[in-house]
Amino acid sequence: MKFRGKIVDVACLSHFTRVVSTISKLTKTCVLRLAADRLFFILCGKVANGGVAVWCELAQANIFDEYQLEGVSARDNEICLEVTPENIFRALRTVQNAKSVKVKLTKKHCPCLTVVAELPTATSVSRVVTHDVPVDVVPRRLWCEFDEPGVPDFDVSVCLPPLKTMRNVVDRMKNLSNFLVVEANLSGEMTLKIETDLVSVATHFRDLGNPHWGDPASQDGGRRRDPDAVAQARVDIRKLQQFLAGQQVNPSRAVCNIGHQRVLHLILLHDDVSLQYFIPAVA
Amino acid sequence: MLIKNVQAVFRSLASLEKMVEKCHIQLDKQKDRLTFTLHCKHGLLKTHNLSFQDTESLQAVFDKHSCANVFRAIPRLLVETVAHFPVSVEEVTLSVSDERMLLRNHVDEELAQSKAMLTELCLASDEFDSFAVQAHISVTFCLKELRGLLYFADSIGLPISMYVNEPGSPLVLSVSDSVLEGNFVLATLSDNTRNNTRGPTSPPPPPDDFMNDDMDSYLIAMDTSVAPGPSTPESTSSKQHMVANHRSRLRGEGQEEEETADKDAPPNKKFCSLLFGSVLHLSSQMSIQPMSNQEVLASDSEDDT
Repeated sequence: MKFRGKIVDVACLSHFTRVVSTISKLTKTCVLRLAADRLFFILCGKVANGGVAVWCELAQANIFDEYQLEGVSARDNEICLEVTPENIFRALRTVQNAKSVKVKLTKKHCPCLTVVAELPTATSVSRVVTHDVPVDVVPRRLWCEFDEPGVPDFDVSVCLPPLKTMRNVVDRMKNLSNFLVVEANLSGEMTLKIETDLVSVATHFRDLGNPHWGDPASQDGGRRRDPDAVAQARVDIRKLQQFLAGQQVNPSRAVCNIGHQRVLHLILLHDDVSLQYFIPAVA
Repeated sequence: MLIKNVQAVFRSLASLEKMVEKCHIQLDKQKDRLTFTLHCKHGLLKTHNLSFQDTESLQAVFDKHSCANVFRAIPRLLVETVAHFPVSVEEVTLSVSDERMLLRNHVDEELAQSKAMLTELCLASDEFDSFAVQAHISVTFCLKELRGLLYFADSIGLPISMYVNEPGSPLVLSVSDSVLEGNFVLATLSDNTRNNTRGPTSPPPPPDDFMNDDMDSYLIAMDTSVAPGPSTPESTSSKQHMVANHRSRLRGEGQEEEETADKDAPPNKKFCSLLFGSVLHLSSQMSIQPMSNQEVLASDSEDDT
């Protein structure tokens, strides 16, 4: 198993650091799956983390100038590592002005992802910083958990309003209730609402647009869905807030799929990075 | 006395500069009181009475001029260096060789098992104003204390001189200009077993896998890179010193000589360990008499852990 990548472009480095930072805000540990052409940050939906799942995919060519990977075997040319994204972020954060950053898989006292950065100095010799981030290698037999999740059956797909606005609304609602209902229909309308014994608050968004997923007919099993029929999911507000708080840049596309009373599936696309976040609905 | 009380007297620098014409400091031994009188504009007089307690002050016995290794650098260099270490890192190990200074976070056995992130930084000798190495050594000390001094020196823009000896011996950082001289003495972890096994020449060569950047050498999957320097598990005997609350004075195991002063006072007290001397008495201070180097090292008896 070998992995070595080198980042030389400062924009690529900051882009990658931002992605790692976003992931670190969503989950404490996750799996980093390294493939020949792509990298994935994956969190499986488990009861332990409230059932949320994360899937983040990026193309390695857009980040690394040099990239060499030899997986566990010729047939399974990938490496899966369990990492703490916060540590990787800490290692990258301080070296944003580096001339080059190398990331490689090494074995120190345990398997590590080693980040080696060459920092510019006034003198001829560069300053070198090495960070060793301990990781766990995920054995091949567990890899089935980390396959790409299919898009779950959903009832309504709607574009999200500006994330900043959504975040402000959700932040304030969080003080009032633990659960929030996300509701949307195929006419581009979305509502965020909370309901407690004392108060109920709802925020409505209109003219959001509904993305088309291939053939609408096949999605609905042949029926044309009533554009005003709503699909809703009641979710833990903290999970939604955590997701929104982690976003630092405005995505080029932000979509929300709602499986009525089943799941909230949020998809963000920014350049070549796609981030999917699944929040299960609660009763 | 509590430093924050003194800070309260000089709280707002901007208003002090505008309003205060002179400051009168008077010590009243009978009443155990130190009085600060600020003579301000428009006839305003601000008097601050601070009571103090006589305490036994510990004296650090150190002689920086007999140190084997002396370095001098602008504080910015060291501030940037420590910025790479996460705030949670407590102790770092500094290793010097002829051309390089290596800083890495200190790992003892338990930490190795807990899989904490390790950081290592290599500074070339060119980056320093002066870099005089007589012996290749590695010392371990508390990073938090160092940060405080570095920010202070950076804010006043004075170059820092570092005097480093063998492990167990204090590490001295000093700043000086025409009005003040500050000596900051840090205790270092002593390691007798390490000294025995390695001998005096234990150069920690910086990892050179990036110095000769060779593609092929990286294709080695899991490099078993030997971590050189002091992070060996043998430091059990003196490990307990660093684990202890840092308020107790560090002593080298079995070293009967001077006690190394412990600088790990809580943040609001750390500046009481700096020595400020006026230029008029420079000659007496330069002779490094322990008596004149009154450094308040003992924690205030009222202070809580």
